[in-house]
Amino acid sequence: MHIIESGNVAAANGVKLANVKVIAAYPITPQTPLTEKLSEFVDAGEMDAQYIPVESEHSALSVCIAASSTGSRAFTATSANGLLYMNEQLHWAAGARLPIVMCVVNRGIGSPWTVWNDHQDAISQRDTGWIQLYCCDHQQIIDTVIQAFYLAETVSVPVMVCYDGYILSHTYMPFEIPKQADVDKFLPSFKPEYALNPNQPANLNTVTLPDVRPDVRGDMAPGYMEIRHNLHADMRDAIDVVGDIDKKFNQIFGRGENPYIETYRCDAAEFVAVCLGSLSYHLRDVVDILREEGIPVGVAGLRLYRPFPDQAIRDMLADLKGVIVFEKALSYGNQGALFADIKAALYSSKNRPKVHNYILGLGGREIKTAHLVDALRNSCVDTDKVGDTPVWIGLKM
Amino acid sequence: MKKEKFGCRISHSEPGPGDGGRTGSWRVKRPVIDLEKCIPAKTKKAACFTCWLFCPDGVITKTIPPTIDYEYCKGCEICAQECPVGAITMVEETVFITEEK
Ligand code: SF4
Ligand code: SF4
Repeated sequence: MHIIESGNVAAANGVKLANVKVIAAYPITPQTPLTEKLSEFVDAGEMDAQYIPVESEHSALSVCIAASSTGSRAFTATSANGLLYMNEQLHWAAGARLPIVMCVVNRGIGSPWTVWNDHQDAISQRDTGWIQLYCCDHQQIIDTVIQAFYLAETVSVPVMVCYDGYILSHTYMPFEIPKQADVDKFLPSFKPEYALNPNQPANLNTVTLPDVRPDVRGDMAPGYMEIRHNLHADMRDAIDVVGDIDKKFNQIFGRGENPYIETYRCDAAEFVAVCLGSLSYHLRDVVDILREEGIPVGVAGLRLYRPFPDQAIRDMLADLKGVIVFEKALSYGNQGALFADIKAALYSSKNRPKVHNYILGLGGREIKTAHLVDALRNSCVDTDKVGDTPVWIGLKM
Repeated sequence: MKKEKFGCRISHSEPGPGDGGRTGSWRVKRPVIDLEKCIPAKTKKAACFTCWLFCPDGVITKTIPPTIDYEYCKGCEICAQECPVGAITMVEETVFITEEK
């Protein structure tokens, strides 16, 4: 069934179709309509789930951690400072290997207060051990939420599904709601890897010592370093799992085939603009204009940010003349986080391209197509003109 | 998922002595039960066992008389504090080291 609705409603429908059993969330703009929709579903009996109201985001994720630890499929959602308030529990959920799924409706973080969109919230949490997926439109939001549970539960790593506040969360777009029977065929039921079991009482996530130690049966149990190593190793393996899940999804629903990077006019391109989220669709217009001018440029939107799909990045960008990274976030005192990641991925390539960095749209600052055209043209016409430091677009000073 | 060295991906422990490692090596003072005072030892009845109940390491046996596994007793002194008749005294480990020498 196709409907015209907001991105938040698309996400809520994905959660409903995924048969989530426990939802705990604290409302925060621009995530609020998503949680409101979910509470409506539960109240109307359309979802067989527990909706647990909490007094904070820290508690929201704590409830999800507890629910997931008993083997229930759990979901939460937040934005901006709400995500930051979860920070301690984000690390905990990842280390405890709990496959919680969370929508992060991207918003700039305070101070100063802003309710508008940028990516600083999710980017600042990139090293928590969560998988991060980014969406460009409403269809991707609902599809990605469903896939996220599959992914999280396959690798026992929690997943953030990130989408732009307002630009996607509050705008209306047509999208297809998959059939429940198809989703049930796609998404296996949740069999937790690590859950509390009254028949075998245990403490989960107990204190570790610097070294490994024998457990109660005399077998060697992993220490802190082994557990952290395995989280990293499983995150790296998750890159292939994302590809496999995309294939299966494509077979059933006929959508997908771009699990890592979604490209537009990258055929015979010498320059490619790279970004996260809905900005990549905005950049399609920009690329169309520059292609008219004869500039061989395309755009690539990253769908997977953590784990970082560096091989796919190299395959796509290693032999270009220029890569131009547009970012709505910044590693303060250094450069754009995505910019640094892209450069690191390309460093070992022989003919590595010039890489430029533009910072834009912070706190919802309007992103004008004309500004994007100028910036991208500048970077393509003379690759030496723009240096290695980030250039700010739309800054009024 | 590949499971290289360890099957379990998280830190996890089950009740029983030794799941925190060789905790006996932490001990500075050793709890010693005075069987003249200990209720089950004295009465030959399965009674009291307060020490068994409170020991956080589960290293005291519920037997007549109760015994302590010094391999894992970490010397926390809870048993000595809880014993209703003061049958457990904490003795400096150095005493035993001197004895062993
Ligand atoms: S001191 Fe007593 S309570 Fe503490 S670990 Fe040793 S036996 Fe158990
Ligand atoms: S608590 Fe004291 S009296 Fe009771 S069993 Fe233990 S040592 Fe004996």
